[in-house]
Amino acid sequence: MNSQAEEHGHHISKQFNAELEDVKNHMMEMGGAVEKQLNDALASVVNADSGLGSRIVKEDDEIDAMELKIDEEASLILARRQPAASDLRLVLAIIKTVRDLERIGDESAKIAKMGIKLSEEREFPEGFVEFKHLGESVTTLVSQALDAFARYDAEAALAVAQGDADVDKEYRSATRSMITYMMEDPRSISRVLNLLWALRALERIGDHAKNIAEHVIYLVKGMDVRHENLDSLAYQIVDAE
Amino acid sequence: MNDMNTKEELEPNSDVRKVDVSSVLKEESAADEQLETCIDVKDLDLFYAKDKQALINIDLNIPKQRVTAFIGPSGCGKSSLLRCFNRMNDLVDDCVIEGKIVLDGQNIYERDIDVADLRRRVGMVFQKPNPFPKSIYENVAYGLRIQGINTKRVLDKVVEESLKAAALWDEVKDRLHDSALGMSGGQQQRLVIARTIAVEPEVLLLDEPASALDPISTLKIEELINELKKKYTIIIVTHNMQQAARVSNYTAFLYMGNMVEFDTTDNIFTNPKEKQTEDYITGRYG
Repeated sequence: MNSQAEEHGHHISKQFNAELEDVKNHMMEMGGAVEKQLNDALASVVNADSGLGSRIVKEDDEIDAMELKIDEEASLILARRQPAASDLRLVLAIIKTVRDLERIGDESAKIAKMGIKLSEEREFPEGFVEFKHLGESVTTLVSQALDAFARYDAEAALAVAQGDADVDKEYRSATRSMITYMMEDPRSISRVLNLLWALRALERIGDHAKNIAEHVIYLVKGMDVRHENLDSLAYQIVDAE
Repeated sequence: MNDMNTKEELEPNSDVRKVDVSSVLKEESAADEQLETCIDVKDLDLFYAKDKQALINIDLNIPKQRVTAFIGPSGCGKSSLLRCFNRMNDLVDDCVIEGKIVLDGQNIYERDIDVADLRRRVGMVFQKPNPFPKSIYENVAYGLRIQGINTKRVLDKVVEESLKAAALWDEVKDRLHDSALGMSGGQQQRLVIARTIAVEPEVLLLDEPASALDPISTLKIEELINELKKKYTIIIVTHNMQQAARVSNYTAFLYMGNMVEFDTTDNIFTNPKEKQTEDYITGRYG
């Protein structure tokens, strides 16, 4: 689907080319910033680094500012250019994706806050293995979703949607482990609860990655696949090829 | 550019895929059972000279009481196609038309068709408002008068109803006997529409009806189109793609005499199937 990506630059109006290019680049920059926030948040928990945690919470404001700026650019394009067809889908997909990215930023800040709390605990808490594992799966999902957007790749986006189902399973199994830890040692309850909140945030980030993947499928195929089950999604996308 | 393309230019494109119009209509009619075909265009070719073919093998069903828009670049044949529906092309020397246009079960290109009656049934409104240099009242009553209807009571009723239907009555009811030429451009265009619907046509052909008007008058015409489609089948040619997107239910994209794509307007403007359509409506050079 690379041809489609190139074609956002073939308008008669060069100004329009530049506007679309800019808003898309800014979204990708925001995606990069959000990925970094997420990675740092995971590191802050795993390394019990409260300094890093506080920085992430502070930098969430920058992510919010990016969202506002991109939304404004997108609404100006709508007002000035009245985009149609793939251009319209691109602008809509960007507006929606930016919202999901901002939420991923929020969830990362939540994880960082839990990291700060956890760093105050002395003992090595149980459950880090599960947390690290889910964290890795979710990070991969987010970066795959952004890659799929950059490359206009509906099949890659489908893989992200399928990956989110695995993340949900992993999350449920991690939750069960946390409950076990709390039952084994009631003194760990407050600590494990914090970790549970962080796991919950990761699971939400997986959902946002799936949303982004759905925006990519809308962008590339023109199909609104939200609220559809994965099997019929796969059938439609592979069948439509 | 004129409406003519040489055959040489068209040759590379002559294998343009045929658009399966019936399947589009079928899909839509599943949601909307009342949808009937008003005009059925079959294998239509139009030549302005032996080697100047302006329309190539057009197949199209125009749905009844819906708005169908023709879009495409200058010279693509959209106005030529529109003019086929009331045989305006008969007035062009050497213009040859092959194929069929069936309106109410009858091919309008058959010999025994009364062209004057056809043009009553298929009314046309042009880009520039063209009121007659008569009063507002007489403009609207004109079509009835040439049919021999002169009863004041009947004329009064038709004039009032037509002006109301054209959303003009409230603005002109106190000056019906003033000259139509003293009205604004937007009012003149609505007057022309009132004059057209006074003779109770089935189909309204609108050739760039708002392109000479200011934005407010344009919106009034668009509003009017939305009202009129409840009663008439409307076909509109427009260069303003946003206008096509706003007012029409179906859109046909024409390019170099071929009909490239016909679909619901919603599909054409959000997810067109053909690359040529996509390039045109998004403002790309194809």
